[in-house]
Amino acid sequence: MTKEDAIEVEGTVVEPLPNAMFRVELENGHRVLAHVSGKMRMNFIRILPGDRVKVELSPYDLTRGRITYRFK
Amino acid sequence: MIVLKSAREIEIMRRAGSVLADVVERLREIVTPGISTLEIDEDVETFIASRGAQPAFKGYRGFPATVCVSINDEVVHGIPSAQRRIKEGDIVGLDLGCIVDGYYADCAFTLPIGEIPADVQRLLDVTRESLERAIAECRRGRRLSDVSHAVQSHVEAHGFSVVRAFVGHGIGRALHEEPQVPNFGEPGRGPELRPGMVLAIEPMVTMGSWEVTILDDGWTAVTRDGSLAAHFEHTIAVTEHGPEVLTRR
Repeated sequence: MTKEDAIEVEGTVVEPLPNAMFRVELENGHRVLAHVSGKMRMNFIRILPGDRVKVELSPYDLTRGRITYRFK
Repeated sequence: MIVLKSAREIEIMRRAGSVLADVVERLREIVTPGISTLEIDEDVETFIASRGAQPAFKGYRGFPATVCVSINDEVVHGIPSAQRRIKEGDIVGLDLGCIVDGYYADCAFTLPIGEIPADVQRLLDVTRESLERAIAECRRGRRLSDVSHAVQSHVEAHGFSVVRAFVGHGIGRALHEEPQVPNFGEPGRGPELRPGMVLAIEPMVTMGSWEVTILDDGWTAVTRDGSLAAHFEHTIAVTEHGPEVLTRR
């Protein structure tokens, strides 16, 4: 079978939610629920509404994602 | 989520596997110089239907045929055609799948046609051996990437490359289930294997680099450097007593 990787897209944080989750609006206009990757939590990278972030989406559930990078 | 199969489900998959084992025997006889890849496809479709099974690939994401026929530098997913004929000296990858009572089985092998050079024969042998080594890892307590590592370490020790763009997969009520089973990776990672898991392990190995390109037909994967490629696959159930290959007689 063809290897299916997580899909990487960019988006903007719309609102912070409890449990280090965020609502992120993607470039294609979709809004997804995203949590912060463990590595970003360890390095204590703060994420605020309006930040541009990179989000990984699973091909299985396109409504949820993982924030893997915050652009400076 | 990895779906474990009951003994009853594995019994059905064993029947699906035995249909494919018979197709493989048949293909070893009929795939000879001059036959077109479409003729091969039609023969297998008739045979699978005569055994009360259905083809698994036909219509899957729009794939138009029952068998994937991938010749020489074609790695996988070659589409059968009336124009394409088998020649002396080809290596022909044949990938088959069928459905019995809603359960899938999947297998593949690469067949040399007539005389082939010693180094090409070695490509086929090493690929087949890497699959056997991977099968031996399919036992309780091993981790998924132990399977992957078994393929990669054997293949690279012989100077060949493992294709990265395609992976093995879980199989059962769907052709492709979780988990993905890469043919490369460090050992000791990923989920632990448990009785009831059924995996389709399919090393794809090239004589050159591992990079592949998809042709304009949207399916056929060829090696980017034009080197020859081999592909072997079995459907394997992890049982209390170790691995059981369902697609072998």
